[in-house]
Amino acid sequence: MVEFMLPKDARPTKGKTHPAPVGATNLRTFKIYRFDPDTGENPRIDTFQVDIDTCGPMVLDALVKIKDEMDSTLTFRRSCREGVCGSCAFNIDGTNTIACTKPIASISGDIKVYPLPHMPVIKDLVPDLSVPYAQYASIEPWLKSDTPPPTTAERLQSTDERAELDGMWECILCFCCQTSCPSYWWNGDRYLGPAILLQAYRWIADSRDEAAGERLDNVDDPFRLYRCHTIMNCTNTCPKSLNPGKAIAEIKTLLIKRR
Amino acid sequence: MSEAIPITEHIYDCVVIGAGGAGLRASLGMTHAGLKTACITKVFPTRSHTVAAQGGIGAALGNMADDNWKWHMYDTVKGSDWLGDQDAIEYMCKNAIPAVHELEHLGVPFSRNPEGKIYQRPFGGHMRDFGEAPVPRACAAADRTGHAILHTLYQQSLKHDVEFFVEFIAIDLIMDEEGECRGVVAWNLEDGSIHRFQAQRTVLATGGYGRAWFSCTSAHTCTGDGHGMVARAGLPLQDMEFVQFHPTGIYGAGVLITEGARGEGGYLTNASGERFMERYAPTAKDLASRDVVSRAMTMEIREGRGIGSGGDHIHLHLEHLGHDLLAERLPGISESAKVFAGVNVTEEPIPVIPTVHYNMGGIPTNIYGEVLRPTEKDPDNVCPGLMAIGEAACVSVHGANRLGTNSLLDIVVFGRAAALRARATITPGADQKPISNDLLEPALTRLERLRNASGAKPTAVIRDEMQQTMHRDAAVFRTKESLSEGQTSIDAIAKSASDIGINDRSMIWNSDLVEALELENLLDCAQATVHSALARQESRGAHAREDFPDRDDETWMKHTIAWVDADKSIKLDYRPVHTWTLTDEVEYVVPKARVY
Ligand SMILES: Cc1cc2nc3c(=O)[nH]c(=O)nc-3n(C[C@H](O)[C@H](O)[C@H](O)COP(=O)(O)OP(=O)(O)OC[C@H]3O[C@@H](n4cnc5c(N)ncnc54)[C@H](O)[C@@H]3O)c2cc1C
Ligand code: SF4
Ligand code: SF4
Ligand code: FES
Repeated sequence: MVEFMLPKDARPTKGKTHPAPVGATNLRTFKIYRFDPDTGENPRIDTFQVDIDTCGPMVLDALVKIKDEMDSTLTFRRSCREGVCGSCAFNIDGTNTIACTKPIASISGDIKVYPLPHMPVIKDLVPDLSVPYAQYASIEPWLKSDTPPPTTAERLQSTDERAELDGMWECILCFCCQTSCPSYWWNGDRYLGPAILLQAYRWIADSRDEAAGERLDNVDDPFRLYRCHTIMNCTNTCPKSLNPGKAIAEIKTLLIKRR
Repeated sequence: MSEAIPITEHIYDCVVIGAGGAGLRASLGMTHAGLKTACITKVFPTRSHTVAAQGGIGAALGNMADDNWKWHMYDTVKGSDWLGDQDAIEYMCKNAIPAVHELEHLGVPFSRNPEGKIYQRPFGGHMRDFGEAPVPRACAAADRTGHAILHTLYQQSLKHDVEFFVEFIAIDLIMDEEGECRGVVAWNLEDGSIHRFQAQRTVLATGGYGRAWFSCTSAHTCTGDGHGMVARAGLPLQDMEFVQFHPTGIYGAGVLITEGARGEGGYLTNASGERFMERYAPTAKDLASRDVVSRAMTMEIREGRGIGSGGDHIHLHLEHLGHDLLAERLPGISESAKVFAGVNVTEEPIPVIPTVHYNMGGIPTNIYGEVLRPTEKDPDNVCPGLMAIGEAACVSVHGANRLGTNSLLDIVVFGRAAALRARATITPGADQKPISNDLLEPALTRLERLRNASGAKPTAVIRDEMQQTMHRDAAVFRTKESLSEGQTSIDAIAKSASDIGINDRSMIWNSDLVEALELENLLDCAQATVHSALARQESRGAHAREDFPDRDDETWMKHTIAWVDADKSIKLDYRPVHTWTLTDEVEYVVPKARVY
């Protein structure tokens, strides 16, 4: 999707202003990044004045209201509206998070909504995520085991073994962490990034999986793993309160032990 | 106009539309069987609505207490209020046990009991010994079971190299002169290109249509696209009047609190703090079937015992369960309650209200997932080339009311069944008769008409009118008056949609156009729902008519089938319920009064 990559120096220009309907009193100002692939013009920042009294509490509610009532061409991904599908990840008020669980009231001043940073933008708030998706596939995120499972029963796993997976299997692949990581910004083509490394560790930690060695080999690389400099943006930004930074540290510890 | 559009052609053995649990399970099975399979989805697979399923998947594993698939079958028949087809229900409940073991083998991170087996919790309507007392049957991964299953199925799809077409919008089926389905026309959002997928089998796994209502637990993407495609192909929809209201949607937000919360010991109270379910369902209490609990809550609210300044909701209590249990088994809903209701569940009750949740009705199929085109002579006549599975389909295992946990089960069992059927009935790589691009004309015309639509009514306005009407008139309790009013207004709204206008004319990521396409599908579903509901003069499962409070097996133990014509008129007919089992391992469950 190189065609949609913005020129490196493209700076957003000031866009249109959409005033609130007459009579609205409780207004909040949204500044939203727009990019139109058909014209290919520089991106712009549109301003929308939203009547908060007739709007749901979350940033996603405001985006939906803007699309429904002010500008139906505004384009963004959304689905579950309850923080479980990972569609609505944007840079909101300077931080990456999912819009459907981000209360408008938690933001002071103008509410800035930008696409996830350092990703090619397809249109408005829709980034091209094909690179992180391919990176996810590259760690072979599926159960590997040579021991055949029992034919008429489940494999056994103790509650303690299962608890090892908590904080990892819940990842919604929103890529808020991935796109907040400075190392990923500069080496996104070769560094796997926090979301993917968290999933790599999820399988290493699964007592049912028998491929830990192979999985460690797969990440043991100056670029795939060791671009992480423990800056911890990832953990700070995760809207599901997961800790990719810690998972990366665990992988590094396992690799040291193995040497 | 459409001549100008270049069309990319693809030929597959199978094309699956949808990458939720049903679509992924079918795609996996088909790919594994050596059938060249394409899976088309409008959202990235793990963003499909299955990801939101919370409480569990039903199977009589007996890990926590004695259980038997025949009890599961009995409960499902009773839950369906005898509208479910018992051959299909037998197939599902018997196959539940191997299906859940298979999911575990594929890597689903189920929660575990102290023996290290899959953890199971009680759920509404699931009982032991043919209705004696609740039994833990819901196999759970904390309260994120759908997430666990969907992500695992996607991971397996990567392993098996399923071919995905992500953020492709299926527009319409390709139907030939003989009435056979030959594939589907789809639009690639990313670059705006149009694609023609030709296949020996086309499988609709497009999910439900909760978004026809104002408040629902469903995602924005649950817009009945498969239903709409089938309707436009001249095929009927079945049992559309049966719409499940989940008792515990968060008041105001509509976000779901799983029935598993009551399975873990949560309970409902009214304004005077009374545990009112004891009056309505002495045995199962808070774990009665969903239709029963939703009606009880609505009665409490109507009779002035609702909570809050408007007296319009009910409380769900979890405080007594303690911090540790809530953190281990119900972390997801604890978070949702905090975010969407501002409630700390360890301290306060959650305000809840019955909320639209699931569509029992859908595209009629047989137990192999083959879509039916019922005729006068043969109510089970098959439409060649076309299959449907998951919430989009109506097999019918859920009849008039689905039991919790039976949908995740339905999607994996019938996803697998569809793959087995495809393997048994088609040859990989077999020659396909050529199709002329004329057959694509209806789909392309539809897309161009909406892309250039410049009428007076924005999509959002028409959608809001539809949602308000459905909310008001296709609610928990129904009467001839409410449904007639609803029918008049929904018909008028559907007709007014010819005056739709959109603003985005682009082909690239035109979500304005996507929403217009989705709205047309929702309107077909809404009309079929209201017309079917007005016609059915009895109360059964989720369809509660105040003017006809009793079930009437004599006249109404039959499936409604509804055709939505191009001119937006609705034609209704009926087909018999299957009153037989699949094998003689179990006996037909004879209809009786439904008491919990
Ligand atoms: C909040 C919630 C909790 C639930 N909890 C449970 C539970 O605990 N247990 C249980 O058994 N059931 C539960 N259910 C019900 C169950 O989750 C769903 O019925 C089930 O997941 C539906 O799966 P599906 O595969 O049929 O459809 P979906 O998962 O909805 O998938 C539909 C797919 O079709 C695709 N699609 C749709 N239209 C198009 C188009 N035009 N072009 C291309 N692709 C298209 C979408 O992209 C998506 O991939 C719950 C439902 C909700 C709402
Ligand atoms: S801890 Fe590592 S992965 Fe996380 S933001 Fe920092 S560098 Fe990136
Ligand atoms: S770790 Fe958190 S931020 Fe990163 S992708 Fe997963 S859910 Fe999103
Ligand atoms: S819409 Fe699903 S995470 Fe926000």
